[in-house]
Amino acid sequence: MSTDSHLIQASTSAETAQQNETRRHILLTTPALIVLFCAASGPLLIMAVYSFLSPGDYGGVQWSFSTDGWFGVFMQRDIFDDTLTIADAHVSILWRSVKLSLMTTIVCLIFGLPTAYFIATRPASSRNLWLFMVTIPFWTNLLIRTFAVMELIRNQGVINTALKSIGAIEEPIQIMFTDFAIMIGMTYVYLPLMVLPIYASMEKFDFRLVEAGYDLYASRWNVLKRIILPLVKPGIVAGSILVFIPSLGAYVTPRILGGGKNLMLGNFIALQFGQGRNWPLGAALSITLLVIVMVALLFYVRGVGKSGNAHG
Amino acid sequence: MVSSVKSSAGAGKSKTTKTKSSPQEIAIDALHVTKIYRGDTDVLALDDVSVQIRKNEFFTLLGPSGCGKTTLLRLIAGFEHPTAGMITLEGEDISLLPPYQRPVNTVFQSYALFPHMSVAENIGFGLEMLGKPKSEIDRTVDNMLELVKMTELKNRQTSQISGGQQQRVALARALAPRPKVLLLDEPLSALDLKLRKQMQIELKRLQHETGITFVFVTHDQEEALTMSDRVAVMSEGNILQVGPPREIYDHPAERFVANFIGDTNFITAGLVSIGKSSAKVKLPSGKTVAAALPQGGISKSDAKGKVTVVIRPEHARIGKAASNSTLSGTLQNIVYIGTDTHYHLELPKGDIFIIRSQNQRDFEESHRVGKKYGIEIGPGAVQVLRD
Repeated sequence: MSTDSHLIQASTSAETAQQNETRRHILLTTPALIVLFCAASGPLLIMAVYSFLSPGDYGGVQWSFSTDGWFGVFMQRDIFDDTLTIADAHVSILWRSVKLSLMTTIVCLIFGLPTAYFIATRPASSRNLWLFMVTIPFWTNLLIRTFAVMELIRNQGVINTALKSIGAIEEPIQIMFTDFAIMIGMTYVYLPLMVLPIYASMEKFDFRLVEAGYDLYASRWNVLKRIILPLVKPGIVAGSILVFIPSLGAYVTPRILGGGKNLMLGNFIALQFGQGRNWPLGAALSITLLVIVMVALLFYVRGVGKSGNAHG
Repeated sequence: MVSSVKSSAGAGKSKTTKTKSSPQEIAIDALHVTKIYRGDTDVLALDDVSVQIRKNEFFTLLGPSGCGKTTLLRLIAGFEHPTAGMITLEGEDISLLPPYQRPVNTVFQSYALFPHMSVAENIGFGLEMLGKPKSEIDRTVDNMLELVKMTELKNRQTSQISGGQQQRVALARALAPRPKVLLLDEPLSALDLKLRKQMQIELKRLQHETGITFVFVTHDQEEALTMSDRVAVMSEGNILQVGPPREIYDHPAERFVANFIGDTNFITAGLVSIGKSSAKVKLPSGKTVAAALPQGGISKSDAKGKVTVVIRPEHARIGKAASNSTLSGTLQNIVYIGTDTHYHLELPKGDIFIIRSQNQRDFEESHRVGKKYGIEIGPGAVQVLRD
């Protein structure tokens, strides 16, 4: 009997201790939570509210409820008879954004994987130097880097001039102001974001497993497919996400390399807050972008998880 | 498919391979193999090593770290290629084949199990890569699991099993494709002593049951003596002596071998006469005794009248000091270690001679430190070293 009550006492005191612990943790994280709210959730909330207001005459919003902003994402009102039709231009911008971001991710993966492998297999002493070289582009302003890419691919640029001088082409190849130009630019800009996470998981990879694979009659291709790729998959997933998300919302690169015609979502949103003077539409588009990213991530992570289970 | 590649590659060279035994009996034949690791400073890992490993034997490469034993193993596995020399497998030159084309499998020191695969998938991996049908893979995996007594853990992830179990999976994985030679790179070094002893016996059993040639690398002399049919003692990129454990232990040819395996007393003696397989040597005490000569013998000229002889501590006995004792010394230390007692005696010249004596139950220690005792040496206990 007495031992029982002792036990109960002990367990209650343990519970209170745990409660105190939890309270302390909440207190300690409060400052961080406030910053997070102000910096992340706050602006998002403002966006959500703005998307349900009417556009102001000179930008900004009028405080009257309206769903026109959300209608405007996919629909447009005919200026003559007020009928609603699908906004083809908006859909094509959206499609171009998704397509270019996917292609950028794939190209980054194709270049990033061997690069990360190369760095991870260097002697430990020289790895940091290689990593440093991968990150050097980050030190320069994005705008300048994008202009540098333009200098390479424009009609009178380095590539076309060189090709002309050796007589490979008569007329310059039109790369500037195409989707391809945007993809080149984005691949260049976001490649380090693919290399670094893959490198991080490759660095942890036990390369003795490669020897074990060779020893068990696996060819180079099979070693890559059956041993290396499944084990560095977390890095590939992280890298793909890190490249895909900023690509989808890219602004500077498509603005400069795509010219005025090849808008991506980022430019289109910026347009609404600028010359378009339609902040509610801009806000609705921003939230649409957010939703696309979240849905894409959900599917991607799910799909990858499943294929992982099939392997394991 | 793998073996067909091999036979065509080896056919041309097999004639150049001249071996003393018939080629069928030899599994691995290393001929003047040299391996230099290029770098800022070149490292000579193997220096003109020649060794023959017979079919169906448990062969051990024994030596301290850095002696080249692992390098030799990696050359046989195909992870490295020799700088000079040739390695043949059953008469076929495999020196330049990549590891995935050699019917040779390795049990790695780190086990190197694939962490994203189950126990069964690990074991079946080699067969799968060889393109065997699913039914055959399943059957072999089950047999292997039974062989290493792991059937219940078939579907576990490799991270969910203990070190000893991982060891068994690594063994089963390497044995599953039925390699012609199984290479084991210090596979027991990560296990605790009790498990290690158990696995030593287990390995011997597996070798016996499968009939596969085992090449085992270790720095543990006891492990080498326990398991091997033959042992090669290596030092600084050379093989110093090859022979059955008994011969290596009882008739070490060189100081390094004698020193590395077991405890040894080294004594400098004068060479009196030299015969075919034995010699007469004069010990510092003035007594002349018969001594065994190492295989290959020694030449009197390069010994300059002085030779080093070894006497194992357990081949000598402590006795009364008498004028006719083979050697005598002052007792310095008595070390009781349970099974044995070690007597440290100081010889007149200052060298320490150790005698090991097996303890009897309720045995009373009658020897006293500081007193003079005789050292009785059994017949055939004296071995002359080559150097």
